[in-house]
Amino acid sequence: MDPLILSRMQFGANISFHILFPTITIALGWVLLFFKLRYNATNDSAWMRAYFTWVKVFALSFAMGVVSGVTMSFQFGTNWPGYMEHVGNIAGPLLAYEILTAFFLEAAFLGIMLFGFRRVSNRVHTLATVLVAGGTTLSAFWIIALNSWMQTPAGFEMIDGKAHPVDWWAIVFNPSMPYRLVHMLIASGLTVSFLIAGLSALRYLTGDRSESMWKALRTGVFTAAILIPIQILAGDQHGLNTLEHQPQKIAAMEANWNTGPHVPLVLFAWPDEAAKENKFEITIPDGASLVLRHSTSGIVPGLNDYPGLHPPVLPLFWGFRIMVGTGILMLIVSWSATFFLKRRHSLPKPLAMLMVPMSLSGWLATLAGWYTTEIGRQPWLVTGVLKTADAVGPVAGSHVALTLAIYLILYVLLLIAYLGVLVHLALKAAKDGDTSPLPGVMKTAMSQPAAGE
Amino acid sequence: MSFDWPTALPLIFAGLMGLAILIYVILDGFDLGIGILFSVAEDAEQDTMIAAIGPFWDANETWLVLAVGLLLVAFPMAHGVILTALYLPVFVLLVGLILRGVAFDFRAKVPAGKKHRWNRIFFLGSIIASLAQGYMLGVYVLGLDVGLGGIAFGALVALCLSAAYAAMGAAWVIYKTEGELQKKAVAWLRTALVVTALGMAAVSLATPFASPRIFAKWFVWPEMLYLSPLPILSALLFLWLWRQTFHLPKPDDRHALRPFLTLAAIFALGFAGLAWSFYPFVVPDKLTIWQAASATESLAIILAGTVVVLPVIIFYSFYAYRVFGGKATDLTYD
Repeated sequence: MDPLILSRMQFGANISFHILFPTITIALGWVLLFFKLRYNATNDSAWMRAYFTWVKVFALSFAMGVVSGVTMSFQFGTNWPGYMEHVGNIAGPLLAYEILTAFFLEAAFLGIMLFGFRRVSNRVHTLATVLVAGGTTLSAFWIIALNSWMQTPAGFEMIDGKAHPVDWWAIVFNPSMPYRLVHMLIASGLTVSFLIAGLSALRYLTGDRSESMWKALRTGVFTAAILIPIQILAGDQHGLNTLEHQPQKIAAMEANWNTGPHVPLVLFAWPDEAAKENKFEITIPDGASLVLRHSTSGIVPGLNDYPGLHPPVLPLFWGFRIMVGTGILMLIVSWSATFFLKRRHSLPKPLAMLMVPMSLSGWLATLAGWYTTEIGRQPWLVTGVLKTADAVGPVAGSHVALTLAIYLILYVLLLIAYLGVLVHLALKAAKDGDTSPLPGVMKTAMSQPAAGE
Repeated sequence: MSFDWPTALPLIFAGLMGLAILIYVILDGFDLGIGILFSVAEDAEQDTMIAAIGPFWDANETWLVLAVGLLLVAFPMAHGVILTALYLPVFVLLVGLILRGVAFDFRAKVPAGKKHRWNRIFFLGSIIASLAQGYMLGVYVLGLDVGLGGIAFGALVALCLSAAYAAMGAAWVIYKTEGELQKKAVAWLRTALVVTALGMAAVSLATPFASPRIFAKWFVWPEMLYLSPLPILSALLFLWLWRQTFHLPKPDDRHALRPFLTLAAIFALGFAGLAWSFYPFVVPDKLTIWQAASATESLAIILAGTVVVLPVIIFYSFYAYRVFGGKATDLTYD
């Protein structure tokens, strides 16, 4: 089998599995800090119960993120040596800064955040939570900077086929970086909001009416309701940025075969790349022109301008629609749940039942969005600089296929175990309710045991 | 000779990478070792052993990411050559690291009946990762030779390194626990030391035959004289540690950290010897550190960050170890 397509599948599988967990930890760190600060301010132990339930989810997600992240750091060398050979001078420092400023920070203070509650003062524990949350976000900053540079490279010059840095500010804050970072951070916030809301709805359905359940439920639902309109706006701005810098990606997302004015918005279709047309299409006349150019006669780029250099149409068209569709569903669910929680102080059973599977809606939207933007970069690995096919390593296809198969089996099993533990933790919290013994929360630290004590 | 950055920077980064690998081997060495010792520990002991490494393992493993990261960013050519040649062993290592990393967390969160399964996965992941690291080291020493001889040599180093990790794990248990478990750990340490010593002897005997190049680098006059402290000091430390094990644990638990520090020193000496064997190559006989290095301006900006951040990392790592100093108690989230 072809090592190129197998290596792409393997990288796709590894990074898809990996991204699930940072998407949770980036925002969950801040939610935990919120629980902690609410407790510090109100002395209400229900906040601390919510904290202890969700810090376990954080610990497990963090571990999954770390081990799959270690895999990523090796993948560059094992499967894509051409990547570092050609753009290592740019990618290297960005990755190095991620490791130095973010990875160590979060790893070192994670221990204190998870297990140090009785070892350090409450204030130091809160600080450790801040540092872990800050570390995960900083990590997102660096990796998004690198990813965005691959999409819209800037601030470099090519010497003998290798990229050399010229302006680091332009490299880090390349044209698509601010949009992508905002879009991803809010995506993380939504993923966590729906996870918390969904698992709290599961507790609600089992009859749990404890204070910690209400607090977690409200936090999840209200945060989602606030974030989703902001995300829709941020996504729209990100789309306009893509139109400016990567028009071929937009052409594929909209399945628009010919550049021109009065382009309809395609709601449903089966894009046929061989025939260069859409089958079974349902459209809104002039829709795409209106959305992208704010005028019915606006010119929308078509795939005909990029022969052989545009991404595959089918996955982009559908990836984008799955993301947007999930977003709209998120809007409806979070706003109606907000209505019932605010006005009726209860949750209708059908809505709660819908919220349980919606726990994973953030994952679905995030993955669909990432597939859209990453497949949308093809055939380039670094737009205009390096093609994916020129970076793949010399490893035999059979080796890549074997390892890919084992990775996939491993990831499926781990995902099942992970989701099983989430449900188990939620049901355990529901059973304990407000009766679980709350660990002593102290303002000052216990005395440190001396060595040899 | 004037100081010029294009010559100095790759050298500095080779040093930093070596340091990161050494710190990784020592730190993750003890928690991988504890995973290996899981196979001979009782259920209750396993909880204490986990508590002894729980707050640290994550940061320990980050040193591996830094080491690979430095290889990736400072020597991109070498990164590609080494990792494509070691494709399958790297994969095995990663599967091992994934399994043990998640088992660590799963065992504490799954319903009680399933805990046993994750304990076994923790052991399996640890031993797989240790063996893979040793195998990769062996193959790398031979210049990425993956012939029959290379595989045999790699297997030998794999056993040796796993035994050494088990010794580190036992030494850490001696430091972090007390009572019956501590006594048991002394016995584990002795067994692991015997296997490590046999393995080291076999590896030392095999190296000159397996790699005439390394043999030539060591056994020429006068280098032999300058290098002689390395093996002699290692041997003395080893014997001293062996004698110590008869008196452990000491009254009032004095010097409980000493076996661990001694082993760390032996690792450091062995590492210095390895570094000498390779210098100036980063891919044995193929790429020197200068040939494989990134552009000077990229290395400079990484170095600037490293000089500022590394001391901070070392400072807060010490702080984290201090917070969880003393004997391991039950690990709880609250």
